[in-house]
Amino acid sequence: MSQVHIKTKINGDNIEFLCDPEETLLDILRDKLHLTGTKEGCGTGDCGACSITLDGKLVCSCLVLGAEADNSEISTIEGMSNGEKLHPLQQKFLDHAALQCGVCTPGILVAAKSLLEKNPDPTESEVRYWLAGNLCRCTGYDKIIKAVLDAAKEMRS
Amino acid sequence: MRYVAAKSAEEASNFLLQETGVSRVLAGGTDVLVQMKSGMIEPDLIVDIKKIPGIRNITELDGFFRIGAAVSGSEVKDHENINKMLPGVVEALDLIGSTQIQGRCTMVGNLCNASPAADSVPALVAVNAKVNIIGPQGERSCNVEEIPIAPGKTSLKKGEFIVSVDIPYRPEFSSDAYLRFTPRTEMDIAVVSASVAIEMSKEGICENAKVVLGAVAPTVKIVGDASKEIVGTKLDESSLKKMSLKCVEICEPISDKRGTVEFRTEVAGVLASRAAKIAYKRAGF
Repeated sequence: MSQVHIKTKINGDNIEFLCDPEETLLDILRDKLHLTGTKEGCGTGDCGACSITLDGKLVCSCLVLGAEADNSEISTIEGMSNGEKLHPLQQKFLDHAALQCGVCTPGILVAAKSLLEKNPDPTESEVRYWLAGNLCRCTGYDKIIKAVLDAAKEMRS
Repeated sequence: MRYVAAKSAEEASNFLLQETGVSRVLAGGTDVLVQMKSGMIEPDLIVDIKKIPGIRNITELDGFFRIGAAVSGSEVKDHENINKMLPGVVEALDLIGSTQIQGRCTMVGNLCNASPAADSVPALVAVNAKVNIIGPQGERSCNVEEIPIAPGKTSLKKGEFIVSVDIPYRPEFSSDAYLRFTPRTEMDIAVVSASVAIEMSKEGICENAKVVLGAVAPTVKIVGDASKEIVGTKLDESSLKKMSLKCVEICEPISDKRGTVEFRTEVAGVLASRAAKIAYKRAGF
């Protein structure tokens, strides 16, 4: 089985890797590149724990082959804060205690960031619909939605 | 498994033709990768079509939109003129999966997955969409409804794949609507679905109609008799009722965990009637 040579830009850094044709981008991020902030939940695109952006589009990395990522730009949760300074969404998640176990949190943060880039002033329903593909079994979502709306407000000001 | 990214449609067709084992076309991957993971399929070759020039474009040509096979659902949803002219197609796409899925999934993938419950298929059939196919014999086109022939099976021959979908522009005073029944509001699969496209005169008389049902038979159902009941009317209650009955008559669904034969049959009529009313309103009446 021949490996595929892939060149990407991940969180602004040029990164090259070799992968097997059937390896998912999620497995490569976690196991090869040790970017373990991206989580595996269901592995079938239902839970959103593995959310990343691929060429600016929010996707489930479990449903992307590593081989497809050639010449693409990828952003993961590791690229969200500016050094030690948290992104407003990250800070608001802490302020609102919008997480418990935290497995869904990286995916939700990446998804929420992608929403606010497209729509800086979303309604509560818009946030809920946008995040419908990010499952959380701890919080009941309420604090997550409040944190996203609060972060949006802060980012607009 | 081998992975190839085809540089042209002809090259992709050749890869598919020459593969002796199991091959799959990869665009959005939201069905293919799930099927691979669950062990439903074990492809020997994956042909990624996303690098083919033009296959990720939406173009407005003389009389129709051409949507490339690798255009994602969210890209169609974000297209202003498609939203204006084909709200039913857009709402069908908007019901497929989450934001993450919509960033990857494609209409052609939804069609070629050949699920009886595919959301975009009734909507595309209602607006007379055609697909353009490339294969060993060159190019050909056919209507969307000719592609799925049974659950999970398409009419595409070895070496063939769909490169684009053409949707004719809609005349003035026309519109469409898509409705489906699911137990949840989001992230679910249609138990029954209905799409209705109508063309009205400026006086508000229906001149042309197409009523299409999903998930009530192995493949999408065009209900010609239902359309006849509303053509020439102002979509009054009694015509809509007759239309619903024609929908009910044509249904041949299965009973499964999502719904029974009786439920699907009854709801098909209700959804068709409601979709017709929405389309009527959208057409400006």
